[in-house]
Amino acid sequence: MPTLKVKEEAKNLISIEHLKKYFAVKQGLFSSAKYVKAVDDISFNIPKNSVFGIVGESGSGKTTIGRTILRLIEPISGVIRYLSTDITSLNARELRIFRRKMQIISQDPYNSLHPRKLIKNIIGECLQIHFKLSSEEIYQRVKDILKQVGLREEHMFRYAHEFSGGQRQRIAVARALVLKPEFLVLDEPTSSLDVSVQAVILKMLKSLKRDFSLTYLFITHDLAVIDYMADYMAVMYLGQIMEIGSKNDIFLSPRHPYTLLLLNSIPNPDPRKKKKRVLPKGEIPSPIDPPQGCRFHTRCPYIKDKCVKEEPEIRELSKGHLVKCHFPLG
Amino acid sequence: MQKVRGDLLNISKLKVVFYTYRGIIKALNGVELWMNKGERLGIVGETGCGKSVTALSIMGLIEQPGEIIEGDILFEDKLLTSMEENSLINIRGKEISMIFQEPNAALNPVMKVGFQIAESIGKVKKKKIGKEVYAEVRRMLEIAGLDWERTINLYPHELSGGMAQRVMIAMALSSNPKLLIADEPTSALDVTIQAQILELLDELVKKLGNAVILITHDMGVAAEFCDKMAVMYAGNMVEYARTTNIFENPHHPYTRGLLKAVPKIGRTDELQSIQGIVPDLVNPPSGCRFHPRCEHAMKICRKDFPPLVEIKSGHYIACYLYGKEDIQNADT
Amino acid sequence: MLNTVKNIRQKGKIKLFLEQRKPIIEDWKHTYYLWKSTPLAMIGTVIIFIFLTIAIFAPLLTSYSPTEQFMEERLLPPSSQHLFGTDQYGRDIFSRVVYGARIEVWIIFIVSIISVMIGIIVGITAGYFGGVVDEILMRMTDMFLAFPRLILAMVLTAVLGPNLTNTMIAISLVDWTVYARLGRAEAMKVKSQPYIEAIRAVGAKDLRIIVFHVLPMSISPVIVQLTLRMGTIILTAAGLGFLGLGAQPPTPEWGAIVSDGRSYLVDQWWISTFPGIAIAFVVLGFNLLGDGIRDILDPRLRR
Repeated sequence: MPTLKVKEEAKNLISIEHLKKYFAVKQGLFSSAKYVKAVDDISFNIPKNSVFGIVGESGSGKTTIGRTILRLIEPISGVIRYLSTDITSLNARELRIFRRKMQIISQDPYNSLHPRKLIKNIIGECLQIHFKLSSEEIYQRVKDILKQVGLREEHMFRYAHEFSGGQRQRIAVARALVLKPEFLVLDEPTSSLDVSVQAVILKMLKSLKRDFSLTYLFITHDLAVIDYMADYMAVMYLGQIMEIGSKNDIFLSPRHPYTLLLLNSIPNPDPRKKKKRVLPKGEIPSPIDPPQGCRFHTRCPYIKDKCVKEEPEIRELSKGHLVKCHFPLG
Repeated sequence: MQKVRGDLLNISKLKVVFYTYRGIIKALNGVELWMNKGERLGIVGETGCGKSVTALSIMGLIEQPGEIIEGDILFEDKLLTSMEENSLINIRGKEISMIFQEPNAALNPVMKVGFQIAESIGKVKKKKIGKEVYAEVRRMLEIAGLDWERTINLYPHELSGGMAQRVMIAMALSSNPKLLIADEPTSALDVTIQAQILELLDELVKKLGNAVILITHDMGVAAEFCDKMAVMYAGNMVEYARTTNIFENPHHPYTRGLLKAVPKIGRTDELQSIQGIVPDLVNPPSGCRFHPRCEHAMKICRKDFPPLVEIKSGHYIACYLYGKEDIQNADT
Repeated sequence: MLNTVKNIRQKGKIKLFLEQRKPIIEDWKHTYYLWKSTPLAMIGTVIIFIFLTIAIFAPLLTSYSPTEQFMEERLLPPSSQHLFGTDQYGRDIFSRVVYGARIEVWIIFIVSIISVMIGIIVGITAGYFGGVVDEILMRMTDMFLAFPRLILAMVLTAVLGPNLTNTMIAISLVDWTVYARLGRAEAMKVKSQPYIEAIRAVGAKDLRIIVFHVLPMSISPVIVQLTLRMGTIILTAAGLGFLGLGAQPPTPEWGAIVSDGRSYLVDQWWISTFPGIAIAFVVLGFNLLGDGIRDILDPRLRR
């Protein structure tokens, strides 16, 4: 089976450079084409064995970026590097081999498993696609991976609808891991789950990352989950990264107004904190027609003239902590 | 009718079932709940705990295949559970209003928003839709923080989630109800919008003085908004106390488990999960429905559901770990 | 079958097979229960069952050959000797109708296979790939749909030459469009499901996804439509046969038999009437069965 040789010395597992993905919006015959600028010139690196979190609300593009990195959605421009290989330039056959190294776990546990296949076959098929194994070998591997996610051998012989949401996510994780990938995109993996189930899944994800030396791209809207899981994070708004850095840097000293507003929006039972905080105003604009200048200016409480006219540059405030704002806080 | 604990609402021994092809779902297993005028009560629980069913029961909206098979709901001095539909109609939407998680589901997609609000005001105040009513519509939209000129002519699908929820809040509060029930009003909204909506609700309710029941799975939201909290599990209320007490001094094993499982910014200790899974309500565990997952489970927990006990002033719990005799030793 | 799971090692292979398939078996049990409680479906099934039995056991039920002519026994009314009477060539109508059932079964079988195959291939390809492929295939489908079905079938048979095989090809070429549209709609629905995205992420090729994932999920509504249309297939075939465009004499296709008796309708009514009743009977059976299936499948979806 052909393999692609890859240099192992690079510190970053994934490198994204100027990634763009626009979706065309259907218009009538006489109006000019409009685009949803879902991912609009995004660049960042994901260090090996880290958890990189992406946080954002509706229209931020966080869902699109996860899939674009895996080329499940094709970017319109930009480069995605896996170690030192440019995966944007791979052809279909080469890409298929690379897919072994990078997998995705989606938000919806109820539709991410084939409703008419046994769990054994859902997971086994992944092996069949890539390797020539005997049915016993496949059986063994499926059994092992199910054990890793806390399920039992007999669960192989059941159908998806017989499991609860949390168990289905475990199966989704098992399916993602059976090919022994190095990189996982987790797109809101616990958002549809109850709090107590979420705790189980998050803990499992943490321990699996340790055991299998994985690198995660963790996408969510929940800042508390990011705090628990991530080492680094990026805050996205309307297709762009507003702030990026290590998790601690960002939580302890947020420099972008949007980040601060996000943190303030989290419900806080302490009545004293509540009175002092600043909240964002207005609605989230549509990603089809993002505001001119700084995209956040329509909701920013610290807006100045420059913000309406000019799009801010990305500045590095301290090592690894970057912000896209004319007047960063602090 | 059991003990009357609140001066606005008293739910006692409420049992609700749903008849399905799989079997009978015992959704509510003898719920006890109460609140006073002007209070804010948060009902917290996970999927299947029965919080929405409880809200629908109060509104009298339990329909086939569901049925209230036992229990009383006393609203001020009226026994809602024994009232006919035509009397309930006079209470629903007027004295008790409800807002839901999906605001668009409650709005007619082919009618302009302004007209729908006018309709609901007209019904409540028994007026014809005309200048007077529209002036009221305008006032409400402004209070809700919306640009009334624009909004009044929009169709529901043209509203964002946040805007639609503001419209719903305006409509629900237009009759100045004694009780507003909000069922997961912000769960479908973005975090920043959620904060805005909660703030709006807070301001309006402060001014008007309505009592609010806020149903949510997010303990943070309940904590911020509510004075008191009721924790529900698999069809029962298991703990009821002032919000600060629930967070600082949780007693029920389930409440403790929940609090230990929620990630929080700045939290340094490891998350802890509750062993086991949520029970099947067609064949629920006997006695206390939490016993299969409880590390302190005793023989008696399997027999009957524990009675509600007041362990401290205003702090109630349904757990055999805290019998009447143990009130002194309640702090473990 | 691997028996390595300890607690089921003791069971035999068949039991293991059944146990693993338990959900599917439960599904079928439920279907059976629903079928029993839908009277129309049951009647339809019974009719079709009779129809199939007659077709299979034709030689056992008849004492005469369907094509042998007995000129001394022309135009005899129904009697104990000739249950349905005889036609102008002395052929036993009963035998012709019974053997005709075989032909009808054959027609249904071939037309179903061809039309469903073409329809599914076109429909699923269009639905799954979308874009230009979808446009082209759907325009093609529209072209076929634009023609009145019977006229198109007539033209095709006339062009290809009137015989049974060409009739079947003609009907298939007219019928496939329905399955194409259905297949396309289902494929589009299935394609956007997360579990399809998941298997793409694993690296499955499009062909594998179409054949092993999209196809099995799209096929149910197609099968239902097919059952509903079987009656129409027979009617079209009979219509073509009646016009002489179908099976050629002496093949006892029902439509052809009806045609045979055209000039004798008034006095020797039995020649046309009995095959006509047979057609009506079987079409009714298929329609009832089809309606029943649709009713059974539909509310179940609202579990």
